[in-house]
Amino acid sequence: MAIEIEQPSVGLSKVAVSETHGEDSPYFAGWKAYDENPYDELTNPSGVIQMGLAENQVSFDLLEAFLETHSEASSWGKGASGFRENALFQDYHGLLSFRKAMASFMEQIRGGRAKFDPERVVLTAGATAANELLTFILADPGDALLVPTPYYPGFDRDLRWRTGVKIVPIHCDSSNNFQITPQALEAAYSEAEAMNIKVRGVLITNPSNPLGATIQRSVLEEIFDFVTRKNIHLVSDEIYSGSVFSSSEFISIAEILEARQNKNSERVHIVYSLSKDLGLPGFRVGTIYSYNDEVVTTARRMSSFTLISSQTQHLLASMLSNKEFTENYIKTNRERLRKRYNMIIEGLRSAGIECLKGNAGLFCWMNLSPLLEKPTREGELALWNSMLHEVKLNISPGSSCHCSEPGWFRVCFANMSEQTLEVALKRIHNFMEKRERDRNLKVI
Amino acid sequence: MRHLSTKATCNSHGQDSSYFLGWEEYEKNPYDEVQNPKGIIQMGLAENQLSFDLLELWLEKNPEPAGFKRDGKSIFRELALFQDYHGLPAFKKALVEFMAEIRGNRVSFDPNHMVLTAGATSANETLMFCLAEPGEAFLLPTPYYPGFDRDLKWRTGVEIVPIHCTSSNDFQITETALEAAYHEAQQRNLRVKGVLVTNPSNPLGTTLSRSELNLLISFITTKGIHLISDEIYSGTVFSSPGFVSVMEVLKDRNCDETEVWDRVHIVNSLSKDLGLPGFRVGAIYSNDDMVVAAATKMSSFGLMSSQTQYLLSALLSDKKFTKNYISENQKRLKKRQNMLVMGLKRAGISCLKSNAGLFCWVNMRHLLRSDTFEAEMELWKKIVYDVRLNISPGSSCHCTEPGWFRVCFANMTEETLDLAIQRLKDFVVEHTANGHSKSNNSSKNSKRKLLPKWVLRLSSRDRDHEPDER
Repeated sequence: MAIEIEQPSVGLSKVAVSETHGEDSPYFAGWKAYDENPYDELTNPSGVIQMGLAENQVSFDLLEAFLETHSEASSWGKGASGFRENALFQDYHGLLSFRKAMASFMEQIRGGRAKFDPERVVLTAGATAANELLTFILADPGDALLVPTPYYPGFDRDLRWRTGVKIVPIHCDSSNNFQITPQALEAAYSEAEAMNIKVRGVLITNPSNPLGATIQRSVLEEIFDFVTRKNIHLVSDEIYSGSVFSSSEFISIAEILEARQNKNSERVHIVYSLSKDLGLPGFRVGTIYSYNDEVVTTARRMSSFTLISSQTQHLLASMLSNKEFTENYIKTNRERLRKRYNMIIEGLRSAGIECLKGNAGLFCWMNLSPLLEKPTREGELALWNSMLHEVKLNISPGSSCHCSEPGWFRVCFANMSEQTLEVALKRIHNFMEKRERDRNLKVI
Repeated sequence: MRHLSTKATCNSHGQDSSYFLGWEEYEKNPYDEVQNPKGIIQMGLAENQLSFDLLELWLEKNPEPAGFKRDGKSIFRELALFQDYHGLPAFKKALVEFMAEIRGNRVSFDPNHMVLTAGATSANETLMFCLAEPGEAFLLPTPYYPGFDRDLKWRTGVEIVPIHCTSSNDFQITETALEAAYHEAQQRNLRVKGVLVTNPSNPLGTTLSRSELNLLISFITTKGIHLISDEIYSGTVFSSPGFVSVMEVLKDRNCDETEVWDRVHIVNSLSKDLGLPGFRVGAIYSNDDMVVAAATKMSSFGLMSSQTQYLLSALLSDKKFTKNYISENQKRLKKRQNMLVMGLKRAGISCLKSNAGLFCWVNMRHLLRSDTFEAEMELWKKIVYDVRLNISPGSSCHCTEPGWFRVCFANMTEETLDLAIQRLKDFVVEHTANGHSKSNNSSKNSKRKLLPKWVLRLSSRDRDHEPDER
């Protein structure tokens, strides 16, 4: 029997008892259902299949092979100084060899079309920390960041919870494949102004989560022009940049800046992480790359609250400075993700379900609006419930991503084996067939 | 260009204080036995470098954990994907058992009440976010760790109000001082949410006495506020009266399951006890479920690497290792501290009697030109630039009395410590001879002036050490 808490517990802060951590949304309720009845090929074949977790499990063998042949990455070599030096290293500048490796890795992902200076790389324990940190630096409590919808549900916590900063949505819809338009940007800005809220910046995710698509060059140019006109910041969360299925299709904001000789670039900050591209969320590796000296200095100092374990920095410095490894990894990872994506798109299409045309990420943006009883959020949640409890698939409803159109769902495909994906697709197929039969029965 | 937030541009990160300036000078001219023997010796860094050989030996004998293996099988994938903010169960279990072992198993801890964070720096800030609103205050006894000004205040907006402690009673916390601090906060219109103590103390190197702990518990009970006990140096206690954790005192007072039980929180870390600051291992321990719940979610912003959690779960689960490490580490710290204390004594410098920590709280008041902080800064600059020792001036620790300095002893070799002591001895002799200190005009001093330095050196040599060739 749940205990009602009517007022803040004696002695805790408002932040501690607020719900801005967002953990009561359906996004997390689905996880709960999965935890209680998780699918297992052998021991629980009728359990819930987790398709709400954007993890990349398709390329671990490459990482494991590297570790097998490069034991120096996970050990400290012979002689006294290796271990102790590493164990003592808590400098918030971060290990130089790791920063260099990170900068070079980011360049490789962008096909060498942009350059990154290791001195501008600030390390944080994950992109979650990087986004919060940037928000602390760029905005005061009560100020706002503009974020295009649909967006990653975690932003509600990461950008707002402890910072006191607000999110004002830039509404995007399916009429133009959810692309950001200058009108939508202006509308969001005006909305904030009308509420007397000071806008400090725009935060985009490119490639987008949950859309699974890269932002086009022309749109990036428009966004950059917008922030320059309004004299505000631009944060580009590029944590999925290594998961673009075809290298040439990803344009980073860094490329836009270089094409303009870095004019006005001091308002731009890029967030990156190894959680998605390398599949290492447990190691907590995030970075902020800022073109603004003051932001770099301040972010570095603030990173004291969220440093990366020096043991992990050492491991990844070794891995990412090996060009042979990284080139092969990036290429192979891309191919495997593309193959998975094609598999799920085909599977869904043959079940009569269409998705947004995607070219990146670990998920697809599925359109189930034709299935809604009512074209409302309630209708969407009812459908989500069916998917969870009848079809036994945990997928993410668009409303948890603040999507303005009901009926869209984010479906992950890289956090399971091919066999499990087949099972999931079969279940969807059966579900759709049954619906069709039921509809036909009703008609008769 | 729209500028940055107030937080970004204000000075609360404290990075311009002398604490950090000394570090800067050291970076420009660092001592090296071979390459730069005249460089500045770093004595401002509270690191424990005395027991790495024990860790290295263990790693050599147990190569699996660092190699992501368990019983011959690779668990790389499992670890790489593990980002659950509840932490690796095996690690939390090993950590609470280690904490209990350090406390002589007089108290036990429940892993479900522990929250892992990327270092104690993160733990302390997280607790502030959980327990206080911007503009509210925590009381801290002075002198305190300079980093608190950043860790507790910067992004949280929380204020620190000092509990003034003085040498008149060896800097112990008194009821009068507590009440005075509380009153000062009220005068400043600041709502007090709690008291934060460091036990053992940084920079004092002393453990809190049972009576001080009892006093604190009574105080927070009366005021209805929190108590945070930062116990990151608990494993560095090397002599009597021994370490008493606030949990023990609560237990002795039968406070379990009472209201005050929920308002006491402990911060822990492996940075000092195990000498692993780079691995970012911190923890919050609280009896309050809501604090644990909120802090757990907040830890998303500063999680420990699963790679490191796994390695340390193996290390700390080895009870043979931990038993030996704890006692051997303490022995070595005791020896080192004694070396510094005796060395300073021979230079006519006394320290606060200490039984813990990686540093001594050194009394150089007699070397000040005047009883002021200006004179303390003057002396400190001489020590950094002329004597070439980076030590921490008491003012950076908010000490109310000028003339005290924190001097670290565990972050260097014995030889380097010897050299540092020698340099200080030479300085004191010269300093006194040249009339820089207050007590200057005695006949004893003028006699010293007539004797060459080498004679004075010989007359005060420690019996246990070889002649000083430098």
